[in-house]
Amino acid sequence: MSDLQIKKTSTIYDAVIVGSGAGGGMAGYVLANAGLKVLMLEAGPFFDPKVNSSQLKNPWESPRRGAGTDTRNFGDFDAAFGGWDLDGEPYTHKDGTDFSWFRSRMLGGRTNHWGRISLRMGPYDFKSRDGLTADWPITYDDVKPFYDKVDRLIGIYGTVEGLENEPDGIYLAPPPPRLNELYIKKGAKKAGVTVIAGRGSILTQALPNNKDRGACFYCGQCNRSCKVYGDFSSSSCLVIPAIKTGNLTVIANAMAREVITDKNGLATGVSYINKADMQEYQVNGKIVILGASACESARLLLNSKSSAHPAGIANSSGVVGKYLHDSTGSSSGGWLPQLLDRKRYNEDGVGSVHIYSPWWLGNKKLDFPRGYHIEYGGGLHMPGYGFMGGIQGMNGKVAGRDGKMKDAGGFGAGLKDDYRRFYGVGIGMSGRGTALAREDNYCEIDPDVVDKFGIPVLRFRYKWAAEEINQAKHMQDTFQEIMHEMGAIADAPEGKETNYGLEGPGVIIHEVGTVRMGDDPKKSALNKYCQAHDCNNLFVVDAAPFVQQGDKNATWTILALSMRTAEYILAQRKKLNV
Amino acid sequence: MNRRDSLKAIGIGTVSTGLLLAASCKTDVKKTTEDTAPADTTVADPSRKPDEILRDKKLSAEKFFNDHEMATITVLVDIIIPKDDKSGSASDAKVPEFIEFIVNDMPDNQTPLRGGLRWLDMQCLHRYSNTFRESSPQQQLEMVTDIAYPAKAKPDMLPGVSFFNRLRDLTATGFFTTPIGFKDLGYVGNTPNMWTGVPADVLKEHGFGSVWG
Repeated sequence: MSDLQIKKTSTIYDAVIVGSGAGGGMAGYVLANAGLKVLMLEAGPFFDPKVNSSQLKNPWESPRRGAGTDTRNFGDFDAAFGGWDLDGEPYTHKDGTDFSWFRSRMLGGRTNHWGRISLRMGPYDFKSRDGLTADWPITYDDVKPFYDKVDRLIGIYGTVEGLENEPDGIYLAPPPPRLNELYIKKGAKKAGVTVIAGRGSILTQALPNNKDRGACFYCGQCNRSCKVYGDFSSSSCLVIPAIKTGNLTVIANAMAREVITDKNGLATGVSYINKADMQEYQVNGKIVILGASACESARLLLNSKSSAHPAGIANSSGVVGKYLHDSTGSSSGGWLPQLLDRKRYNEDGVGSVHIYSPWWLGNKKLDFPRGYHIEYGGGLHMPGYGFMGGIQGMNGKVAGRDGKMKDAGGFGAGLKDDYRRFYGVGIGMSGRGTALAREDNYCEIDPDVVDKFGIPVLRFRYKWAAEEINQAKHMQDTFQEIMHEMGAIADAPEGKETNYGLEGPGVIIHEVGTVRMGDDPKKSALNKYCQAHDCNNLFVVDAAPFVQQGDKNATWTILALSMRTAEYILAQRKKLNV
Repeated sequence: MNRRDSLKAIGIGTVSTGLLLAASCKTDVKKTTEDTAPADTTVADPSRKPDEILRDKKLSAEKFFNDHEMATITVLVDIIIPKDDKSGSASDAKVPEFIEFIVNDMPDNQTPLRGGLRWLDMQCLHRYSNTFRESSPQQQLEMVTDIAYPAKAKPDMLPGVSFFNRLRDLTATGFFTTPIGFKDLGYVGNTPNMWTGVPADVLKEHGFGSVWG
């Protein structure tokens, strides 16, 4: 390694962006379209859904029939390379706590696998009614114009409902429910739970004034990424169009090491390791924008130490890494005897939710603050790995065609017929709720451990509290009630021993909050435009700036905030402030 | 881009597109999965990463089970899913080959399956003085009956019950994720179409007034 050196160029870009997901992609899109010369570093390979998608493959085209692998945790056909454990890129834990860190290293980042559920945060998510957590320095009204623009730019289906804390958007027609979902809707209504059309970023109709993206053709495989760009991925909708402007350059397989600053503490560029040749490079930008994901951006800041920024850049407050929070999640399921021997038709639908329950209890006094939403599913889905597994838990519970009860399990012609009878009867429901941002749930640099690139790794400390556990219990109780009301045979509810099915932190992959924004530089890292208090040409555009997440999935808010930050950058450039 | 143009753009021909547009008013969409050729692993597939292609090639070449074990698995999966008047058997759908791949891909299955097969052979040796495979078809069914019904199995049969539950699940996946299985099940998706909601006759059958319930 005697020839190891840092390769530098003299080119100075108007902006260097780290990351190509929702945040980095949107910033790149806005800035490149405004004529700025932008360089984007992506830690994984280039990915174009048009070329690289597994859409419409049949299960037998995978020797494991679509089961997950260590490089594609969500299945062999899933678009997202990555997972909770990456070879040579460890992370550690503290105090016996648990956090699972999902990383998708590829163009588009985690917008490749997400559920396309696109919810706006509401007025009370930005400013709480209970005062338990810090308010955002901005309100829903500040962000609304950007949500509107994101809706028009990217496309989203849904229905206008006028609900208090579930702001409506500008919607395409929603896909109607599948048969199972009609039963869910009916049962939930009886249980007093609101159910409305889903809200997803899928083009159920052609997007006006967009010739590059096709309309959805209902294969239900958004997670594989869409060859006609019928859904939202950062690659297809933002990065690739931005490249076409001629103003955005993407360097793939570039793993960022640190933000470089000058003696005044201003950012001058980013150093990275190129995974293809394992050489060290440095690129220059007048502005540096981090969209590497909440935890990865925090890691970059903390690893960017200099005499001007001894605790890491943008961290004079010491808050970088703190207030990490992921959504809560708990699930259940069951099946509908009414659907046995159901008629066959194509019920693939869309690859996002057809219906969901926004939080329906408002500010009601419960044994946990705030709330959760419920995502539902069920239908005549394509068989894949695990198809009708555990049928011995079903086929002994109802009478056979001859009206007689059967013994559970079995084999032979009778069992074969049961698979046909029971196909498509399943239902599933998953709660996704607000977890409180807490100072003592955090990530920090592990002083002892580096990854295979020699970059110090993150160490996590994260514990659920009674609020989150009580919320999961409420979810389980609600699921049972809905399934009872719809006449379903429900799976046994999760109990105390599993924290009521509450998934470990990080499992829901909505982690946010590690580089929070705020008006007070002593208590926050970024101002209300996601600009570092300590370094005015450094911005963060992923979910790290979130002060407190609502129960809503983060992507739509990341997009709106990143667009807002990019427009702020353009305005400040005009005033020659950055 | 409208739906017809976007489908042409990804190479789904005009015939399919015509079918798609017709499908919005018909529910019995013609399905052509049987015509789809299996993946040709010798051609670079842009949806696979090079390391994934290499891994699958390597895994496909590995053999975990010996000939006796594979033959026993073949008998068992055909007992689980036999040929009937609607479709072929599990071995017709190459379920044993799928199971061989899976135990190499997911090694957690190796000990339970190998151990379960030996447990089964020992049971049959004691009962019938033959391995399971060499026992008569009637003896095989008698043995399987003792482990196929978890709720009424005797306590000393429980290792066999666990083994059989696992094998039943793998057989169901292996069978129904094939063209034979799709056809048997009547799965007609995974093809471009229009989703306008549950068909009217199904809504009526289930007592729903409209596609939104």
